[in-house]
Amino acid sequence: MDKRSLAAVSLIATLITAMLTGCAPPAENSHRITYWASNQGKSSEQDLRILGAELAKFTERTGIEVDVEVIGWSDLLNRILGAATSGVAPDVVNLGNTWAASLQATGAFVPFDDPLMDRFGGRDRFLDSSMSSTGMPGRAPSSLPLYGLSYGLFYDKARFAEAGIDPPRDWQEFLVAAKRLTDPARDRWGLTIAGASYTENAHFAFMFGRQQGTHLIDERGNATFTSPEAVAAVQQYVDLMGAEGVVSPDDAEEGNASGAASNFTNGRAAMLIAQNSVIPTLQENGMPDEAYGVVPLPVPDPLPPGGRAVRSHVAGSNVAVFADSPRREQALALVEFLTSAEEQAILNDQYGTLPVVEDAYGHPAFHTPKNQVFREVLATGSETVPMIPNEAHFETTVGAAMRDLFAEIATGRQVGAAEVREALSDAEQKMRGSGG
Amino acid sequence: MTTPAERRKWTPSRRALPYLLLAPALAFELLVHLVPMLGGLWMSVLELTQFHVRNWIRAPFAGLDNYRFAIDFNGAVGAELLHSFLITCAFAVLTVAISWALGMFAATLLQRSFPGRAVLRALFLVPYALPVYTAVLIWKFMLDRSDGMVNTVLADLGLGGGTFWLLGDNAFLSLVITAVWRLWPFAFLALMAGMQSIPSDVHESATVDGAGPWQQFRSITVPMLRPVNQVLVLVLFLWTFNDFNVAYLLFDKSVPGAANLLSIHIYSSSFLTWNFGLGSAMSALLLLFLLVVTAGYLAFTSRRMKDV
Repeated sequence: MDKRSLAAVSLIATLITAMLTGCAPPAENSHRITYWASNQGKSSEQDLRILGAELAKFTERTGIEVDVEVIGWSDLLNRILGAATSGVAPDVVNLGNTWAASLQATGAFVPFDDPLMDRFGGRDRFLDSSMSSTGMPGRAPSSLPLYGLSYGLFYDKARFAEAGIDPPRDWQEFLVAAKRLTDPARDRWGLTIAGASYTENAHFAFMFGRQQGTHLIDERGNATFTSPEAVAAVQQYVDLMGAEGVVSPDDAEEGNASGAASNFTNGRAAMLIAQNSVIPTLQENGMPDEAYGVVPLPVPDPLPPGGRAVRSHVAGSNVAVFADSPRREQALALVEFLTSAEEQAILNDQYGTLPVVEDAYGHPAFHTPKNQVFREVLATGSETVPMIPNEAHFETTVGAAMRDLFAEIATGRQVGAAEVREALSDAEQKMRGSGG
Repeated sequence: MTTPAERRKWTPSRRALPYLLLAPALAFELLVHLVPMLGGLWMSVLELTQFHVRNWIRAPFAGLDNYRFAIDFNGAVGAELLHSFLITCAFAVLTVAISWALGMFAATLLQRSFPGRAVLRALFLVPYALPVYTAVLIWKFMLDRSDGMVNTVLADLGLGGGTFWLLGDNAFLSLVITAVWRLWPFAFLALMAGMQSIPSDVHESATVDGAGPWQQFRSITVPMLRPVNQVLVLVLFLWTFNDFNVAYLLFDKSVPGAANLLSIHIYSSSFLTWNFGLGSAMSALLLLFLLVVTAGYLAFTSRRMKDV
């Protein structure tokens, strides 16, 4: 082979080697781990600021450096699935607790069996409610709770005072208040919702479903969306825009909770049903803390037969360790740090969320009247969404059906029980048809 | 050190040289396109749900079950796939037709020299030069019901306003408008380049013979642009039929039924309901359809070219 050919072959070999090494995971460093954090604060920048300061403490104490990446909720599940499939994964990851069972089914995470749980202070150290959203019943959890959340009814104090009404205590009072605060001619509404968010819709289907006495899923994990209770639950929610007329038709376009929060802070709506994670957004939008109050989500009084006073699902974020991580010990050390009483108090205080361990509640921030409401709801007024492997499918099908119902109402169609039942029947068939 | 005689020994034959030169490109083509495609086809015959996604090569073999589900139009899954397919066909045909017509109109207009032609030409290319994310978000804001420019202008003109453009049946119209706005500059660019390759004396002779602009357009411009159009229409159709970005950015994850394109539907089936086997089967059916359409189109257009 002459020199030119040799040079060409060498060049190609070098390029191919460079490409292949470019695809390979970076050289392993046992003192450096990667962490995908969910976006908890107002922005990724704020998250990086909060987490950065705390992770620096962790590095100082353990010598383990952490490469943290903050991932928005809309991308997080896809990123986790991609990581689970490809094996190119971070060491530690945050996840939405309603996905816990679905993600557990992939087998991608380290199971927190009893001996391992002892390292974190045992199961009993964590709130029962939060611990119930860490994986399928009867199996070792594949994630641990990190940030606790629950729903509450936010109300604008000035609007309520102006109308001379008190915060509602039950569903009937809530409807009366919402109607009195609604004036479509002035574009003023009693309540605002994120009607185009399938996840929010699914949460309400679950909560109202529990009030009506159904889970929307039977004990074998099959969809029961067309039961009379399920139809009543979904109708109760969509009627807020339809028959009751206390929600603006514009809300059928709201794709997330922060859009609804803006309607609340700019005075368009007098009430907002949201999780405590919305508080930083209210502050960012310039609504002072004293301008609004929070009460538990009102429930019908009396409850329908078999119904329960469920005011929230057990919401929150969990943390998990990828089973393939070559730095499992270091990853578990980070989980231990994040779930320590000290860090739970600091992080949850800064994010406006609730600690998931009892021993962090000594901090005064968690004893404010608003936090007491969320804490009480999470501890006694919430239930866990079905921890079944196809939970993600349940959210998609039911949530999307409700989104389409809102779209129909907004564009002027009448939506009654028959239309709700038809939409839910379609969703049920889709869930069953593809493995649900 | 090699001698000149040895060097000659390594020189490939004339017949082998083209293949040798093509080999690296072929190898990369296989790696980049064929291997993932075969991977996708393999996934489509697996029961690939959350239980097996981590070790997907070992997922249980499902045979043709995923395909049966996808094309069972009496079931909810198949009915929705058919619905998405029909919407996608209508979307692709409308978008390509309008983009082509606008491109042809603008290219014809800019053939003549006039003051400001260069500025107009640059302006026409702006939608194509903008990143898709920016372009679609601009439309998303403009089509907003309460604060969007479209409704504001309509209200100012006394033509209504307060219309939902991103909900219900109007979502399809919004999708077509946004896609056309993104796509027509490419048609314009390709057709303008094609028109410039038509010798000017052909038009001059036609003018001398008394042919008007419309006759010249029909009898000279369109026939001489046939090779450009053949490729252009095919490329526009394939891009539009597979388009994911416009619908996803315009509606986020809440794509209304009227705008639920096939690519969006496949994405939802795979990533939102965690059934990657079914999603892969749908992708394979889409690939098959596009192959058939492309082959039919090429056979039809090349026969017409021969007839000319």
